[in-house]
Amino acid sequence: MIHSLFLINSSGDIFLEKHWKSVVSRSVCDYFFEAQERATEAENVPPVIPTPHHYLLSVYRHKIFFVAVIQTEVPPLFVIEFLHRVVDTFQDYFGVCSEVVIKDNVVVVYEVLEEMLDNGFPLATESNILKELIKPPTILRTVVNTITGSTNVGDQLPTGQLSVVPWRRTGVKYTNNEAYFDVIEEIDAIIDKSGSTITAEIQGVIDACVKLTGMPDLTLSFMNPRLLDDVSFHPCVRFKRWESERILSFIPPDGNFRLLSYHVSAQNLVAIPVYVKHNISFRDSSSLGRFEITVGPKQTMGKTVEGVMVTSQMPKGVLNMSLTPSQGMHTFDPVTKLLSWDVGKINPQKLPSLKGTMSLQAGASKPDENPTINLQFKIQQLAISGLKVNRLDMYGEKYKPFKGIKYMTKAGKFQVRT
Amino acid sequence: MTLMMPTLVSTVTFLHYPLKCLKDPNQLIRASALRVLSSIRVPIIVPIMMLAIKEASADLSPYVRKNAAHAIQKLYSLDPEQKEMLIEVIEKLLKDKSTLVAGSVVMAFEEVCPDRIDLIHKNYRKLCNLLVDVEEWGQVVIIHMLTRYARTQFVSPWKEGDVLEEFNEKDFYETDEEQKEKDQKVKKPYAMDPDHRLLIRNTKPLLQSRNAAVVMAVAQLYWHLAPKSEAGIVSKSLVRLLRSNREVQYIVLQNIATMSIQRKGMFEPYLKSFYVRSTDPTMIKTSKLEILTNLANEANISTLLREFQTYVKSQDKQFAAATIQAIGRCATNISEVTDTCLNGLVCLLSNRDEIVVAESVVVIKKLLQTQPAHHSEIIKHMGKLLDTITVPVARASILWLIGEYCERVPKIAPDVLRKMAQSFTSEDDLVKLQILNLGAKLYLTNSKQTKLLTQYILNLGKYDQSYDIRDRTRFIRQLIVPNEKSGALSKYAKKIFLAQKPAPLLESPFKDRDRFQLGTLSHTLNTKATGYLELSNWPEEAPDPSVRNVEVIELGKEQLVTLGKVKKEKSTEKFYSESEEEESASTTDTESESTSESEKEKNGKEESSSMENTESSSSEELSESESDSKESTAKKRFKTIEESDSDNMEKKKKVISKKNKSFDSSDAESSSTEETSSDSKSESDSESDTESKKPKIAAATKRKEMAVQEKKAPTKQEVSLLDLDDFNPVSTPVAVPTPAILSPSLVADLEGLSVSKSSVIDVSTPVFVPMKTHELLHRMSGKGLAAHYHFSRQPCIYGDQMVSVQVTLTNTTDQKLENIHIGEKKLPTGMKMHVFNPIEFLEPEESITVSMGIDFCDSTQTASFQLCTKEDHFSVNIQPPVGELLLPVTMAEKDFKTEQGMLTGMNETSATITVAPQNSTRLVILEKVVKAANLGLVPSGQDNIHRFAAKTVHSGSLMLVTVELKEGSTAQLIINTEKTVIGSILLRELKPVLSQG
Repeated sequence: MIHSLFLINSSGDIFLEKHWKSVVSRSVCDYFFEAQERATEAENVPPVIPTPHHYLLSVYRHKIFFVAVIQTEVPPLFVIEFLHRVVDTFQDYFGVCSEVVIKDNVVVVYEVLEEMLDNGFPLATESNILKELIKPPTILRTVVNTITGSTNVGDQLPTGQLSVVPWRRTGVKYTNNEAYFDVIEEIDAIIDKSGSTITAEIQGVIDACVKLTGMPDLTLSFMNPRLLDDVSFHPCVRFKRWESERILSFIPPDGNFRLLSYHVSAQNLVAIPVYVKHNISFRDSSSLGRFEITVGPKQTMGKTVEGVMVTSQMPKGVLNMSLTPSQGMHTFDPVTKLLSWDVGKINPQKLPSLKGTMSLQAGASKPDENPTINLQFKIQQLAISGLKVNRLDMYGEKYKPFKGIKYMTKAGKFQVRT
Repeated sequence: MTLMMPTLVSTVTFLHYPLKCLKDPNQLIRASALRVLSSIRVPIIVPIMMLAIKEASADLSPYVRKNAAHAIQKLYSLDPEQKEMLIEVIEKLLKDKSTLVAGSVVMAFEEVCPDRIDLIHKNYRKLCNLLVDVEEWGQVVIIHMLTRYARTQFVSPWKEGDVLEEFNEKDFYETDEEQKEKDQKVKKPYAMDPDHRLLIRNTKPLLQSRNAAVVMAVAQLYWHLAPKSEAGIVSKSLVRLLRSNREVQYIVLQNIATMSIQRKGMFEPYLKSFYVRSTDPTMIKTSKLEILTNLANEANISTLLREFQTYVKSQDKQFAAATIQAIGRCATNISEVTDTCLNGLVCLLSNRDEIVVAESVVVIKKLLQTQPAHHSEIIKHMGKLLDTITVPVARASILWLIGEYCERVPKIAPDVLRKMAQSFTSEDDLVKLQILNLGAKLYLTNSKQTKLLTQYILNLGKYDQSYDIRDRTRFIRQLIVPNEKSGALSKYAKKIFLAQKPAPLLESPFKDRDRFQLGTLSHTLNTKATGYLELSNWPEEAPDPSVRNVEVIELGKEQLVTLGKVKKEKSTEKFYSESEEEESASTTDTESESTSESEKEKNGKEESSSMENTESSSSEELSESESDSKESTAKKRFKTIEESDSDNMEKKKKVISKKNKSFDSSDAESSSTEETSSDSKSESDSESDTESKKPKIAAATKRKEMAVQEKKAPTKQEVSLLDLDDFNPVSTPVAVPTPAILSPSLVADLEGLSVSKSSVIDVSTPVFVPMKTHELLHRMSGKGLAAHYHFSRQPCIYGDQMVSVQVTLTNTTDQKLENIHIGEKKLPTGMKMHVFNPIEFLEPEESITVSMGIDFCDSTQTASFQLCTKEDHFSVNIQPPVGELLLPVTMAEKDFKTEQGMLTGMNETSATITVAPQNSTRLVILEKVVKAANLGLVPSGQDNIHRFAAKTVHSGSLMLVTVELKEGSTAQLIINTEKTVIGSILLRELKPVLSQG
């Protein structure tokens, strides 16, 4: 299966390599660099690159390419999914996943990678198990390790791998028992020039942070489980129970995890909480263009729209923009032609707007297409699909846990065509 | 752990430690020791490794056995000569009942001996049942292996895919023998093997996995194995994956593209999920575009073309070029829009971007070839483009077109040749070849004008640098220029050059990808990757299904004879006796205590695996060698008894009465039920029993085991009964084309593609309003056939003067309705109607949406026609609201005023109305008016005046509506139009809309 892994930074240096079978020469990455050169942007590098003797499968995250080398037929998603799991694990261990952090923790990185794969086949990928095998670095432990010369490898062997619940470590103890659930929904939408919705769908997740002693068995029920007809679960969720009763019953992993993700598809009507009024025009003859956008709330169920951020990739012909926002900050990068406007909160009484002119390249013809506007926003305490958690019950342990639930709606890939 | 030990000495020294650890009482230490040992890649230690693997594969701890499975692959890569020995170990490990081991051993199987399919037979049902509980990576490997296995063992469920007759539930529970009998009697055309069904059913829950690889693996399994009517359930999950990272998206989209070619219906309901965002990477964009093109049909083409229009203007030129290709493909596939597309593409020729123009030229060339009849105008236009276009492919395409159809453009062709002769030397090779071609063709058709020119070009070509061109020149000269040496061929030169050429088929690049198994690397690369295992074709005759029967069956029967008493006792006992439960709960499983009885059964799966784990780990303190030998001897005896008994069994079977039958059926169905519990459970029980009762003599052990085995049978039945609802055949989502929310005139759209717009008035997007459905035929009067219609407010693809009507037909009967079509039409004079294609059949409870076009001649007269099925015909009629006879247009306020100025007097109708207080805001007025009539909004400078504009569908006369709010909640409503009748009706309809709240 997976032979080797190379980590390549944005400037094209291989800064880490790990081999699980025989050693594959670094030169295999030359094919990757070639493909990278051909694709102008990092995003366009094909995830699967064939070379004469190997196949390179890569993922690009946090400005790092994770390139896996394989030799024989294997489902490509298997490798890609695993690489993403590696990145997630790094993030889980070190907080962020960047070149600097990986270099700083190179020992832990190797130890983790060694445990995750055995002979190219995934062995332990659950973060609960891994953390028992190899302790995540803390400042104190780093200091102690430098003095005593010990490593992060756990003294005790984990038993979780052998238990019924391989995702949960055993012997968990907390003084404050708490379980928090965040229902986060993202709206993906394409809005037409005239303001009508071309397509809109909701992607929701329920992220949990569970810190409970012992082996709690939780059930989570919804007011309107009908909404969830397209879901994927964390392995801990008992599928049968969901099928029959529409109740989530599970023994949670310890700590943070994604319990469930769901998809409310385009066939259902999705309420769009904001609208954008725009007037962007280029004139053929003059070298000035007009630019004006206004953002306003639409169907927000009485909640405030916060964290509004407008970005737009302007056409190449635009040299500079002189704009005045009614609120917030705006920047325009003349090199990348990226306009971004950090709006903040929307006050329904005084709608934020951004007006001004664009200076175009003299003599050049006007661009074919008006730029699309990408929108980001947040609405607290609202799940736009209307999903509501009914109750959370705990069985199997005696104590009373503290329970909390939070809703949030965000913009996902929210585009307005102009 | 790739260690390279250079010398024997150091190896041996090093080996000392892991070897010692292989005997450690802690299973984790043993496992790690095996990992270390097997990672030493030195040939000398192969025998030691082999020994260690063999020992570990019999270890009590499933974790150690799992590591043994991993070690098998390592040893195999180090020394392939050990293959035979390793296969033995694999065979042994395949029998393992632990979920921990399953994934790893199947991986080893795939690597070492993927062709030994015979090893799987006995473990097939167990693997299917364990699948849900195996860790995710193992699931992927097992599913892929089982897909291959199933393709060799079962017959195709596709032959009569549509009229698939499955076992009903009763059949399902009968024994294989009975089934066979029945089959012979009834002679069913196709009956799915219960094992086949088991696999399909047990993989379904995995579609809910968070792991994209698992979902994809299940999707490909359904694609390759499931009856066509069931494969549809995977599409929802695949579409969900599209939200994932870019790499996952890429792979999934590619697979969807392949699927969507063969079975459009699967993804049609999700059309909009494939719309492209400007932030997508190019490769994602092109894949999405590919899928959109595959999904295009008559019902959605107008929406799609409008979407494509946006893409063509994209800043990503590579993508824009791909879109043009897509438009070309749509044009050839859907004949209704060919002309529209062609016109749109011609407009694109004046685009400023060269890549766009070049691509359009190439596509137009292909389109013209399919219908060259009357397009000389376009060819002329393209001839002029030669002065400006520099992209070689485009130039070559134009030259070819002119050459091919030179007789249609007799004036231009020689002139083009003249220009080309001038620039010949500086052209690209591709263009040069086409210049030679053009010259040859003109020489043959119009030698008077072009003889000299052609000879000049041939001379230039003779001394060209490229040998291809020199070759071509020589060839052409010999063929067309008559001289004494030229052979018989020159007579036929004209036939050779100007032969009727078949039009190119515009096909999807994913067309031939289905030769590879979906979800594989080979499929992604479209070439065979090393180690790719072909998916075999379905066998004509299914191989003997009894090979999958496991010995357990015989055991169950044996008990009947020997242990009737025990059976009674045990069968009344609960499945989970309390004492057992406490044991298992002691370590980890707390859920069993807290959950209710009924739930226990459902969670049986989990518990059983827990049980097994705890059992094995608790018993591991026992000395290994002892338990090992005990086990093996017990097993041996077991087998001999089985063998001898199974012979008797055949004879006895005939005599055995009903009592026996219940057992038989439970055995047979054990394979088919979803419950993994029964199988693994009983096994773990028996294991634990043997282990705990060591001192007892072997015979006693055997009895005990049999008793346990027996206990299982009734329980099994019980458990499976709970799952009855799982047998319901899955109905695939009906591919109802989602009515387009917006789609304006195609022509206008595609004309809009060109940069220079001259017309003031454009047909615009209708403003989105909730769809209003009217009833066409009630299900009572239609004998079960119900029909509804709504006006989609999109321009009709069947004709410019038609109003597009979407009719939704629903079959509410419990029988299939066949041949639904439109019969006799009673239309007022002048009215025309484009009917939908007859629908072959409509399944019960299904519905289908078809689109029709009706030309109402700008009148509100009723269109009456007959809706016919095979047996009946029903008279129905459609009367359009006046608001639907319009198409919205946009214009500037200034233009509105000028137009209004021209339409006064007779052409103006007006009324003063009282506006309801809640209707006085701008948004409400807009919404209400647009809802009532398909009008376009005209920007207005004054806050109190609202203007709307539209044109009538048939005659295209303008319809201008003005709403002017006055003091004291009154308003003036003015309509200016040439069509005064319609104007006054519209006025009448708009009045109540605004005055009522």
